[in-house]
Amino acid sequence: MPDPLRPIPHRRFDALIIGAGGAGLNAALRLASADLRVAVVSKVFPTRSHTVAAQGGVNAALANVLPDDWHWHMFDTVKGSDYLGDQDAIEYMCREAIPTVYELEHAGVPFSRIDDGRIYQRAFGGQSQNFGGDQAARTCAAADRTGHAILHTLYQQNVRARTHFFDEYFAIDLIRDEEGAILGALVLEIETGETLVIEAKATLLATGGHGQVFRTTTNAFINTGDGMAMALRAGVPLMDMEFYQFHPTGVAGKGMLITEGARGEGGYLINGDGERFMERYAPRALDLASRDVVARSMVTEIREGRGCGPNKDHVMLRLDHLGADVVHRRLPGITDICRVFLGIDPAEQPIPVFPTAHYAMGGIPTDRFARVVAPARHGPEEIVPGLYAAGECACVSVHGANRLGGNSLLDILVFGRAAGTDILQYVAENPNHRPMRDADIEPALTRLGRWDRSGEGESVAAAKADLRKLMEDHCGVFRDDATMAEGVEKLKALRQRVEHVRLKDQSRTFNTARIEALELDNLVDVGMATLMSALHRQESRGAHSRVDYPERDDEQWMKHSLYARDGDRMDYKPVRTKPLTVESFPPKARVY
Amino acid sequence: MRLTDAPAAEIVAQAARLRWQCRRGMLELDLLLNRFLEVGFADLDEASRADFVRLLGYQDQIIHDWLMGQAVPADAALRRLVAAIRAAMRDDRANP
Ligand SMILES: Cc1cc2nc3c(=O)[nH]c(=O)nc-3n(C[C@H](O)[C@H](O)[C@H](O)COP(=O)(O)OP(=O)(O)OC[C@H]3O[C@@H](n4cnc5c(N)ncnc54)[C@H](O)[C@@H]3O)c2cc1C
Repeated sequence: MPDPLRPIPHRRFDALIIGAGGAGLNAALRLASADLRVAVVSKVFPTRSHTVAAQGGVNAALANVLPDDWHWHMFDTVKGSDYLGDQDAIEYMCREAIPTVYELEHAGVPFSRIDDGRIYQRAFGGQSQNFGGDQAARTCAAADRTGHAILHTLYQQNVRARTHFFDEYFAIDLIRDEEGAILGALVLEIETGETLVIEAKATLLATGGHGQVFRTTTNAFINTGDGMAMALRAGVPLMDMEFYQFHPTGVAGKGMLITEGARGEGGYLINGDGERFMERYAPRALDLASRDVVARSMVTEIREGRGCGPNKDHVMLRLDHLGADVVHRRLPGITDICRVFLGIDPAEQPIPVFPTAHYAMGGIPTDRFARVVAPARHGPEEIVPGLYAAGECACVSVHGANRLGGNSLLDILVFGRAAGTDILQYVAENPNHRPMRDADIEPALTRLGRWDRSGEGESVAAAKADLRKLMEDHCGVFRDDATMAEGVEKLKALRQRVEHVRLKDQSRTFNTARIEALELDNLVDVGMATLMSALHRQESRGAHSRVDYPERDDEQWMKHSLYARDGDRMDYKPVRTKPLTVESFPPKARVY
Repeated sequence: MRLTDAPAAEIVAQAARLRWQCRRGMLELDLLLNRFLEVGFADLDEASRADFVRLLGYQDQIIHDWLMGQAVPADAALRRLVAAIRAAMRDDRANP
């Protein structure tokens, strides 16, 4: 609770951006370059945002290596989305991809080049020429550190443009007035534990993903879905949360990705009996069957008691038959990971693996201008005044039920910038800050104050571990009605339990435990959104695959899910199948 | 060595302050740095603790290359520290 003698300080900006990954920084740059007063809040130093981890690259139909066209890129993205992506947003993104990459090049991102000096482009899965024809080469990369290069370039440019950074400040909640307009946010300085109200005419959520809700994930510890949970608490539903991308082979118990390349080179999976089990599930494609088939087969083996290790909770990936030369030379990254984290040489010993949670297709619903839209009086897509979202926390939706590699860096850049452009106009039309009353701040303070209660209770770490295990067991790659319904009941019980979690350390300064408690709240909310959405979608589409409903059902389910926190309610809205200027791509069976 | 060193409570407080600095943009770094903070940091002498703080000031990509063995720091003190952080991960495997 606020101390009446020490009122909470307020700072005013034209725009507040929560999150300093690629999405947040690209929006900030647009605004600061136009001389707006911009605040960027980030819980870690900006260049430690998760965008730094993206190695593969960013897609754009530059046609530098093979023929290409933005329209082919659009086709691949719609098809990849399993027809759940909104085609207006997808058209916009694929067209904008080209100037976006050139803009980055001019800003100084050191893209790898071909001999004539143009940007080099590599081929990734899901890229085609001529609407499903030959393989295309569409991914631009700065060696194997594209995310790092983009993030650093954008950060430097923002510093030059005088963006105001609040580094190591944690956003607690949005502040909303009686009419539902967003007025800014309550934030906490991690070092001092002091709170601050940032008032803004427009607020952008760019807080990234939430892989930490699953036990095994490729995502860094910071990816706790804070922005999504803030939106939920501000009355905004989350969209298509059941669609979460898993990679079949992560290091068991740790999460790091063992790339598909390992199986491409001839690596194969074995169960606890030493059996090459993919022979039973995919007799022809074997270990190179599609990701969801491999992942589900692995988990089925484990569920049926044929896992490896003392707890029988993983399977093994064998590379030892390939010879040290092939393994070390062609798979150096995997060799390093195995040496450092497992103390093994993958050319000699098998790697313990388990499906790892990687990327969120769902998130905060927005239109293609990055404006947050929610069902209200006049329809399913009413604009929430003053609120924007972009990047992995948002759902535009360009990825629909499944994201293509290289499309998410593109998404964060294109829609980060679109947010900046629209905010410029919004602030021009709404030049004054709306009044903020103490009562508007109250809910955010109450949430923070709840963690001041001391006394005996279980720890944040224990509750978080249980949550992550629960999500992995009940809403991972193996999904059916019974498993998920049980998961919902368990999660409801856990949500109750979290009410009784207590913090031992009540100090104000550098209290990381307090931040982790706030993150736990967020993970629980995002977890419930995921489980509820997955339980209710009775079909298999893209990354959401159910053993009890193995087919895609366009008749009933070509629609977006919306989960509202109030009463754990589900609602739905239609997919936008009409592009901006071209013909719509109608749903077709997905065969690759 | 301990004679000139800070009292234990102060080291614990320092580790708490550094905990947030060990939150990085890559899972590999989170795992390695946090593990070291838990099991290795308290055993460092004052100079090495200062080196650890210095290490945390480097960019994620650089720390990643060092810890994953893809590059070696030029500075001998950081080289020793990198070896210690990697060793702490190995202990983790011995006693999970
Ligand atoms: C290992 C890995 C490799 C990948 N490789 C590729 C690739 O090759 N190509 C591709 O297209 N995509 C890739 N992706 C996906 C892509 O990297 C991400 O989707 C993208 O970087 C997300 O960017 P963002 O700007 O939305 O969020 P992030 O970069 O995650 O940034 C989020 C920001 O929000 C801040 N924040 C969060 N919560 C709060 C809070 N409560 N208060 C204050 N600040 C907060 C954080 O500090 C951070 O600054 C990869 C992902 C992973 C995990």
